[in-house]
Amino acid sequence: MSALQPSELDRPPLARGRSAADADFKSASAVLRRADFGDRLRSLALAAPLLVLLALSFGIPIVLLLSRAVYDPTIANALPQTTQALSGWNGQGLPDDAAFAALAADLRGSQAKGTAYELAKSLNARLPGARSQVLKTVRQLEAAGDKPPLDVMKSVPFWSQPGTWPAIANGTHSITSFYLMSALDLRWNNDGGIERVPPEQAIFLQVFMRTFFVAAAVTLATLILGFPLAYLIASVPKGLAAILIVAVLLPFWTSILVRTAAWTVLLQKFGLVNDLLLWLGVAEVRLDLMYSRIGLIIAMTHIQLPFTLLPIYSVMRTIQPSQMKAAYSLGAKPVTAFRRVYLPQVFPGVMAGCLLTFILCLGYYITPALIGGASDQLISNFIANYVNVELNWEMAAALSFILLVLTLALFGIFARILGLDRLKLV
Amino acid sequence: MLLSPYPTLGERIRIALLWLWCGLVILFLIVPILIPVPLSFNSGTFFIFPLEGVSTRWYEVVLGTQRWQAAIGNSLIVAFGTTLIATALGTLTAIALSDDKFPGRRIVMPLLLSPLIVPVVITAVGSYLFYARVGLASTYAGIILAHTALASPFVVVTVGASLTGFDRNLMRAAAISGAKPVTSFFRVMLPLILPGVLSGAAFAFVTSFDEVVVVQFLASANQRTMPLEMFIGLREKLSPAITAAATLMMGLSIVLLVVANLLARRSQRRPNAGA
Repeated sequence: MSALQPSELDRPPLARGRSAADADFKSASAVLRRADFGDRLRSLALAAPLLVLLALSFGIPIVLLLSRAVYDPTIANALPQTTQALSGWNGQGLPDDAAFAALAADLRGSQAKGTAYELAKSLNARLPGARSQVLKTVRQLEAAGDKPPLDVMKSVPFWSQPGTWPAIANGTHSITSFYLMSALDLRWNNDGGIERVPPEQAIFLQVFMRTFFVAAAVTLATLILGFPLAYLIASVPKGLAAILIVAVLLPFWTSILVRTAAWTVLLQKFGLVNDLLLWLGVAEVRLDLMYSRIGLIIAMTHIQLPFTLLPIYSVMRTIQPSQMKAAYSLGAKPVTAFRRVYLPQVFPGVMAGCLLTFILCLGYYITPALIGGASDQLISNFIANYVNVELNWEMAAALSFILLVLTLALFGIFARILGLDRLKLV
Repeated sequence: MLLSPYPTLGERIRIALLWLWCGLVILFLIVPILIPVPLSFNSGTFFIFPLEGVSTRWYEVVLGTQRWQAAIGNSLIVAFGTTLIATALGTLTAIALSDDKFPGRRIVMPLLLSPLIVPVVITAVGSYLFYARVGLASTYAGIILAHTALASPFVVVTVGASLTGFDRNLMRAAAISGAKPVTSFFRVMLPLILPGVLSGAAFAFVTSFDEVVVVQFLASANQRTMPLEMFIGLREKLSPAITAAATLMMGLSIVLLVVANLLARRSQRRPNAGA
């Protein structure tokens, strides 16, 4: 890259004058380059405070959370001797007595350090039922007195069961794929292959499918409701269009929480929606719309409708009426003109609106939490639940990881085929 | 443009159906957000139509009881703090990005916008995890920091848009006239881009004032904001006080966003910009 590009000569006359004083062309370009470097540094310094603040308040928290999905040192920290004893174990059958003795020593140590409960919980995530067995064994080791710890371990059948030791051995690896696999209802089998977890343990694929289903249903509903309205607003005279667009923007400017609150009022058993359905004769009895899938989809459709409509409208607004007139004058019937001339041009807007709504729906939290029933909770609600109720950060992190990857992938597609400029925030 | 030059009967019917359909969609859009308003003035304890009578008792609950007053106070503290930081830093960043010399804009811009893309639960849970370690959980500072991340993209974008209409030669002229960069910023640039800055500030304020998910994870009982109080109320017991709070919040955000959009429009010289 030459140091003397036209844009770089276009700088404050003072700076140019100073560099022109150098007779030697080489030193002049060096000065320019240095001044240019200074400019770059100065503009970077202006942006630095926000970038640093975002890195601290947003970047680090996200990275820290995601790292919990693949890094869990709880078991390795609680079982240092066992970790060592198992390092040479081939994973077949039961390990030797040294491993049992090491585990007994570690369990006593964890009791002394106060980490026994943490360990029990962490092991239980990998080995259902392990929590009570660990705590029981810890108590027995305490009470054993002169009895050799090895005998105590052997007297608890749990520690000699086939699945126990492979799970412990896996847990001693701090870097783990266990939680990410679990989030997809997968696990490693004993031969090192990947298999589905038994149906009674599988929950997450169902939640992801549900989230996709709700997102798709809401996207479709907003398109069916929004496309004709966008078309109308783009077609009517300016004054009327301004009034109609306000009708779209007013709900858009009201917070999701307030709109969700409004829908909880409307969807009550004796609320307005049920009144309306009875009056229209659509329903014979009052329906349970609160805490139902259909209620959730109705409320989310209301909230997302402007997000789908506005990108479609902004494309429709740019289409010249003369094109349709040209199509008519060439003999096209209205339907043909609409389908062949209009639709292909608005398609990017439709894609932008639908993708945006679909992506936003994947991350919905407030509305499902307040309007959805127990079987309508979406992936975000499970993440919150793992943090608030189960205190299982690893599982929350793994689900976050997958949700984030899905969201970013869809935004990547969005940016790739439509360009990020279509993503108008304001 | 709706009708072709020589409309057939079928076409007329289609257009009539289009108007009917759009009328219903508009009702669907508008009625739900207006419903809390009459209900908030209801004198009864239930929100069922027809209303029992008109009263302001629920507004007295929201504006008069200690619990809601504290929530409104917390919301204002957090929203003003967020607006201040997000507007100041966001404006600086927008100015930096509008400079052709800014290195790596293609990387920095998506990073700046990422708080809007990442699902908010992930942001909330991550902040909770990290802020608890550094002692920022259950503090105003923590909530303001997290909200600044969510609000600053709006400032960067609105100020950035108003800077596209700003002539950089003015800054050079100021420099030649002997003004220091800080002076020329306050005396030349800021007055010209002020509508964009104020618009960004209003967006930042509303973003923070309406936010409930991050607050839910970061706030202790002492920092409950108005949206969080509403969220808790909706989960526990549906009281008409919530419709009064909803009406107040809706009024505030609509007023601020109308102002913000008018300012943003004014600050952008290009026609057809912003929607």
